[in-house]
Amino acid sequence: MKRMTRKATRHVNQNEGLIFEKSSAGKAAWKLPPLDVPEVDTAALLGGVERKDLGNMPEVSEIEIIRHFTRLSTWNYAIDLGMYPLGSCTMKYNPRVNEAVARVEGIANGHPYQPERISQGALLILKTLSECLLEITGMDAITLQPAAGAHGEMTGLLMVRAYHQSQGNARKKILIPDSAHGTNPATAAMVNYAVENLKSDSRGMVDIGALEAQMNKDVAALMLTNPNTLGIFEQNIHKIADILHAKGGLLYMDGANMNALVGKVRPGDFGVDVMHLNLHKTFSTPHGGGGPGSGPVAIKKALEPFLPRPVVVTKTDGTLGFDYDRPQSVGRVRAFYGNFGMFVRALAYIQANGPDGLRQTTEDAVLNANYIRKGLEGTYHLPYSTPTMHEVVFSDKLQAKKGVRTMDIAKRLIDYGFHPYTTAFPLIVPGALMIEPTESESKEEMDLFIEAMRSIAEEVEEDPQTVLDAPHSTRVSRLDETAAARKPVLRWKPTA
Amino acid sequence: MVYPTGRKYTKEHEWIQTSGSTGVIGITDYAQESLGDIVFVELPKVGTELAAGKTFGTVESVKAVSDLYAPASGTVIEVNAELATSPEKVNKDPHGAWMVKIALKNPKELDALMSAADYEKFVAEEAGH
Repeated sequence: MKRMTRKATRHVNQNEGLIFEKSSAGKAAWKLPPLDVPEVDTAALLGGVERKDLGNMPEVSEIEIIRHFTRLSTWNYAIDLGMYPLGSCTMKYNPRVNEAVARVEGIANGHPYQPERISQGALLILKTLSECLLEITGMDAITLQPAAGAHGEMTGLLMVRAYHQSQGNARKKILIPDSAHGTNPATAAMVNYAVENLKSDSRGMVDIGALEAQMNKDVAALMLTNPNTLGIFEQNIHKIADILHAKGGLLYMDGANMNALVGKVRPGDFGVDVMHLNLHKTFSTPHGGGGPGSGPVAIKKALEPFLPRPVVVTKTDGTLGFDYDRPQSVGRVRAFYGNFGMFVRALAYIQANGPDGLRQTTEDAVLNANYIRKGLEGTYHLPYSTPTMHEVVFSDKLQAKKGVRTMDIAKRLIDYGFHPYTTAFPLIVPGALMIEPTESESKEEMDLFIEAMRSIAEEVEEDPQTVLDAPHSTRVSRLDETAAARKPVLRWKPTA
Repeated sequence: MVYPTGRKYTKEHEWIQTSGSTGVIGITDYAQESLGDIVFVELPKVGTELAAGKTFGTVESVKAVSDLYAPASGTVIEVNAELATSPEKVNKDPHGAWMVKIALKNPKELDALMSAADYEKFVAEEAGH
């Protein structure tokens, strides 16, 4: 531990039990005024179904609630505390300007049941965001409804199926590269397509020969992530699109890594027919538990009739409204029009940056990932030497010789004050360490990260047990994840 | 690790052992080692038709969910119910913890699979990482 330089040292973590354990009968955090309307005889109204006993609901005072959640919050790690290098997740900073705009009174207090004539501002936000996203992606039409990336994938594939059906044959299967996000095959299965795996070549890209051999008129679409989960741009993307299109197939792009392309190239220009975006990745809206997510789906003209309804349109009198008269639509995929608060934040991010600013974020994201790649190459094994974009994937090959695996290194990283990187994904790299700094990080923060990772590699050589037993500075040490998965305890029960 | 002889092995890391027209199927030590701690095994019901090379179930570990591929075609005649409650048996004794028994449809299919020695060579190359 000679080199141990830490971003974090120990800080006080508040111990805290379950809120149920604080409960005592009769305590409450509220007080209602006296009843000023005639009392209703609920038992008479509801008969036998009236419920008096609410079971084990915690009865606690207001300060106990506040302290409970504030103490729990001291266990959190957040992007506001430091780098969150989860590869593939794009945990970028959520700029405060987004929050300021989302709290503007007319926006924050809008209601989806307001009539269209007094919702023109909200509709204009939907329209403007749609136009920005179409400009960025080079696509023709868009729905903002889906509530997250995988939901966007499903919406996209429903449109693919509807398109093929309209051509007389829904087709049978979806091709998915072995470097894909796990949600891709799950989505294809949900939409009732068979999944066929497509191998990568030695450079980590789609094997063109394999694609040519596997492509036929049973294939509805190829679901491709570009750049892929190795952070590698599919250099043959035009060829891939041509192979698909020649046999009537469609090219679906998982836009989870769009933060490597914004302002540089447009999927619509390289042959993509359908794609989703993750506003909570590329466009800086809150992510993970803080969400909610948002997964707009952009499409080419040929798929427009199948867009989920309603669609935002400009009416003949010049005002904005929702068009529900879409007979070929795949239907509504989300209540109202999706997670509106995220549209506000994403639009704020786009407009605060402007075209040049967005291009700069893309360049910074790629520069940062390559800075880390350079800093750790040699210390950790790099399975693919192909140039990478916004993320980098190492393997634990060198450390495995000492019995230390990617999960152990990730746990040790917690002691250095960083959130772990993504472990054991993508699956084509055994023992993967997948790192994505995003554009948010300064050189100083990345230097701390690189130093922490190098220091861990030294520990693996000199004292592997320290790494195997990590984390040491957290409230609880290594948890038994296997036991938690095999014998989960899902419900609290009062001790008699 | 020594892989038991008298069995056949697939590139997807399943083993199959035959006696008469019955085939017993499980996953190899290399498979369980790469998967890590297995927490759930999902197997087909008795009577299900398996097709050689196609998926017939899944194994879930703390790292990932992986498909099981049938080494040969046939009808499931017995399922190892013990694995539903004790999936760790696959980690502890992969070559003993069988998953399904099938009535083989075409025993000739097994000729295309690897012997223990060939499989060991195959794994050594794959594990080159």
